Amino acid sequence: MLSIKNLHASVEGKEILKGINLEIKAGEVHAIMGPNGSGKSTLSQVLAGNEAFEVTEGEVTLNGENLLELETEERAREGIFLAFQYPVEIPGVSNLQFLRTAVNAMRTHRGEPEMNAAEFMKLAKEVSKQVDLDPAFLKRGVNEGFSGGEKKRNEILQALLLQPKLAILDETDSGLDIDALKVVSDGVNALRAEDRAILMVTHYQRLLNHIVPDYVHVLAGGRIIKSGGRELALELEERGYGWLGIKEDEAAAAN
Amino acid sequence: MATTDKEVKELIKREYEHGFVTEIEADTFEPGLNEDVIRRLSKIKQEPEFMLEWRLKAYRRWLEMDDPTWAHVDYPRIDYNSISYYSAPKKKEDMPQSLDEVDPELLRTYEKLGIPLHEREKLAGVAVDAVFDSVSIGTTFKEQLAEAGVIFCPISEAVQKYPELVEKYLGSVVPAGDNFFAALNSAVFSDGSFVYIPKGVRCPLELSTYFRINAANTGQFERTLIVADAGSYVSYLEGCTAPMRDENQLHAAVVELVALDDAQIKYSTVQNWYPGDEHGKGGIYNFVTKRGACQGRNSKISWTQVETGSAVTWKYPSCILKGDNSVGEFYSVALTHNYQQADTGTKMIHLGKNTTSTIISKGISAGRSSNAYRGLVKFQPGAENARNFTQCDSLLIGDRCGAHTFPYIESRNKSAIVEHEATTSKVSDEQMFLCRQRGIDPEQAVSMIVNGFCKEVFKELPMEFAVEAGKLLEVSLEGSVG
Repeated sequence: MLSIKNLHASVEGKEILKGINLEIKAGEVHAIMGPNGSGKSTLSQVLAGNEAFEVTEGEVTLNGENLLELETEERAREGIFLAFQYPVEIPGVSNLQFLRTAVNAMRTHRGEPEMNAAEFMKLAKEVSKQVDLDPAFLKRGVNEGFSGGEKKRNEILQALLLQPKLAILDETDSGLDIDALKVVSDGVNALRAEDRAILMVTHYQRLLNHIVPDYVHVLAGGRIIKSGGRELALELEERGYGWLGIKEDEAAAAN
Repeated sequence: MATTDKEVKELIKREYEHGFVTEIEADTFEPGLNEDVIRRLSKIKQEPEFMLEWRLKAYRRWLEMDDPTWAHVDYPRIDYNSISYYSAPKKKEDMPQSLDEVDPELLRTYEKLGIPLHEREKLAGVAVDAVFDSVSIGTTFKEQLAEAGVIFCPISEAVQKYPELVEKYLGSVVPAGDNFFAALNSAVFSDGSFVYIPKGVRCPLELSTYFRINAANTGQFERTLIVADAGSYVSYLEGCTAPMRDENQLHAAVVELVALDDAQIKYSTVQNWYPGDEHGKGGIYNFVTKRGACQGRNSKISWTQVETGSAVTWKYPSCILKGDNSVGEFYSVALTHNYQQADTGTKMIHLGKNTTSTIISKGISAGRSSNAYRGLVKFQPGAENARNFTQCDSLLIGDRCGAHTFPYIESRNKSAIVEHEATTSKVSDEQMFLCRQRGIDPEQAVSMIVNGFCKEVFKELPMEFAVEAGKLLEVSLEGSVG
């Protein structure tokens, strides 16, 4: 589904990704782990098409199509979804209006009729229950005054509504208490499907107790230095990043 | 925010959609202004003597005045003798007696603008007075309003039919010599709307005037006077458009509102005069004086404006809160794009006890435009326990535009309470990225973010116009991304 070859990317002239190679097939769940500053968030931003980052080398294809040539919104319509680490607020724009606009943009792209307000309200209410968000949140401004946990649940709500082909979750577990983590994980597990891939970016392995990945990759210094199965995450938890020759503080300082 | 070159070109190609010219025979005065022009104008309008005297007095005051220069706008000096002061569609005989007699070409013009005037297609629940260049061409729902005792007619008709009301209230809120443009308007105003709501009547329809400038090299100087007698209520809306022309055109209007005891006037404006092209060529100079007097106890005047058009806007809808417990409100969205300039805001003058005022101003600047809020909140010694709340928010799109806030507060009463909040924000790259990541077009994203920013003001508009205002913002913002 997703194929990344020798991807290099920089921000403000500084190279962050230094040759990433990764293959993700439909139905798979991949976890990317690594210390702070290793380039994890950059990878997710680059895949989603954030123009603050410049791709200097390499290629990325989604189902054979060159992803890097597409605008951000075109990538989204092709099925790339990014759950943000720090979702921004859009004051005055109701969550419901925002979500319906997004869902209808996707439907129009697929040649399906737009959903009217009543139909969408019904769907959105059902899905908000799934992530334990009071439907009252639908009427509030996008992320306006939401707590950290509510913002994260709102991201998963969006993924469930948009039904992407590839869902990228950027540090979705950060700032969540154990109950919220459970709710969010259940939401992500509900996304698992044969025709969908999930790419989780996380610093800690605790999320992986709830969402069990098929593959785990360790990112450090802008490269994937080790790949393995679920057991790699457990090993990292036990031994830290040090045994792979990574000094976490140094990596962070470099940024 | 990168859109491809092709997209940008397509966006720029989209133009002001009301920019067409109606080919119609018109009687137009030669350019130039002197006492004879005013006499001719007054004669055509068949005005009583007091009206002509009033105009001439205003003209003489105007001659002694200078263009105001204090506003944060920049435009070449206007040659007032190069403007024609009267233009009216030629009529087969006299004024049309009903809409059936109006030139079909004119009716088609209003239909194109989305304002059907035919009886069978009229806007439901809204009575419309359509002003084309210098004259009113027709008013809908006349009978229904007459039944309620409401007078809604062109001001030229009111001068003839209700001279005592006009003489009593005209200039009572905005005196002829109030300012340069008000004096000019008082001398040469040609038409506009007159509204009188009798005691205790709640006007059964929304009233609306639709102003259209068509002729070239003419100025539009409309005059609107609304009087709400004790215990009455009226909601009034005005809309404005003009053709695209390379020359700038002057629009200098005066609006006066009078609310007596327990009366309420809600005045809404959707202003979409031609703003000029993307290089700043052409467009309307919109120099307008709007003021309401809360004369009576417990009276209320509420101004809501959505300003997206005009090359230069100079406009401060204000309230004089004379009656005890009276309430003044000002809700404003002003959007500037390309080379547009706006200096707009309000004055709230508190005279009576327990008077309250609310100001919510939302300025949006895009392109290379300049957008200023200018406001005065004044408490006179008699304004015991008066209070004001002001909120001024500015939103910037791109980094070549400007937003300015000039709030003035004068308090001569210690019991007065003033709250002032102001914010400036940008449509952030993060907000745009979030919207686009969810599959939303950049243009639609900007429009959604801006609409969200304006929500507090839009909710004050009559329902059907709130939707229109949202769409208008969308059109006005086209080409602001890229």
